[in-house]
Amino acid sequence: MVQFTLPKNSTIRTGKTWPRPEGAKNVRKFLIYRWNPDDGQNPRVDTYFVDLDDCGPMVLDALIWIKSKIDPTLTFRRSCREGICGSCAMNIDGGNTLACLKGMDEIRGDVKIYPLPHMAVIKDLIPDLTHFYAQHASIMPWLETRTNRPAKEWRQSIEDRAKLDGLYECVMCASCSTACPSYWWNGDKYLGPAALLHAYRWIIDSRDEATGERLDQLEDPFKLYRCHTIMNCAKTCPKGLNPAKAIAEIKKMMVERAV
Amino acid sequence: MADAKRGVVRPLSPHLQIYRWHIPMLTSILTRITGNGLVAGALLVIAWLLAAAAGPETFAAVDGFVRSWFGILVLVGSLWAVWYHYLAGLRHLYYDAGKGLDLPTAERLGIACLVGSVVLTVLTLLII
Repeated sequence: MVQFTLPKNSTIRTGKTWPRPEGAKNVRKFLIYRWNPDDGQNPRVDTYFVDLDDCGPMVLDALIWIKSKIDPTLTFRRSCREGICGSCAMNIDGGNTLACLKGMDEIRGDVKIYPLPHMAVIKDLIPDLTHFYAQHASIMPWLETRTNRPAKEWRQSIEDRAKLDGLYECVMCASCSTACPSYWWNGDKYLGPAALLHAYRWIIDSRDEATGERLDQLEDPFKLYRCHTIMNCAKTCPKGLNPAKAIAEIKKMMVERAV
Repeated sequence: MADAKRGVVRPLSPHLQIYRWHIPMLTSILTRITGNGLVAGALLVIAWLLAAAAGPETFAAVDGFVRSWFGILVLVGSLWAVWYHYLAGLRHLYYDAGKGLDLPTAERLGIACLVGSVVLTVLTLLII
């Protein structure tokens, strides 16, 4: 359902301003969304000051700096710090991206950080991705085969393998799906750009033998066709992939098999 | 799960409130706004025609509204909306063919829809 405003329990209050680091000369202001499930309060935005001379260049470095030096209660997911685990996806400076790949020098003014948009918040910058993962599982993200298993391996030509470029690199960070207004309003039924990009990745895999079934499963007014080519997914993908293009290719295949 | 048991209702993270607008996003929502707005514009024109059929006094009243500054604004707005919606529709056809979906092209197409609709509106006004 389309609801442009936030529910009552989700409106954001002004939070605490944490002290500036003493003696720091090169300071950057951070405005960060906080919500604690244990205090019964509404979400708030806290203000922090980061000493850039004591901190790495990426937004994730600053978050870790704040957590270790200023406020140990600040909660966020992170792991690899090099854009391959997909854990630290969040809304930074108005766009979804991975905090570890976003340089602070790419942002003008104060650094504003929110959780991925239009998601249930577990704590601070951590959204609940249960439904997002379930949607990914629903597209059968594995090689489906019917013929007998070959003696050694499922072979693929270099040309067919090249069709997977721009698709297999997805790290399932959920930046694209949570950037998509269609997913905001209809995320319960619309699969969203990430799941659909993965669906296409298996549909065009030359070794996969369930193409028809995969297309049948997507032939639905909501699952696939809620994509209105808004392009927020491609604009925001921290890996530079283009889910909108993948979705358009699925729609084309739907037409081609019908005529 | 544990939260649900304790009766904690999780907040919804902010979306439209914080998301930074960009050309493809703006041109997409404008397609919908112009499409819906044109229904209102069409209703005004229909009311105008019905009033003409209803008699001179009714027509004078509705005609007065249509020719007021507000009526003219609605009509010119509708003219722009027709052009914009038309161009955006063409862009959608192009998208549906799987073309123009790389970001630089999509952004150029969006700017073309915006500029093109204004130019075509001015041209139409100069001709009629």
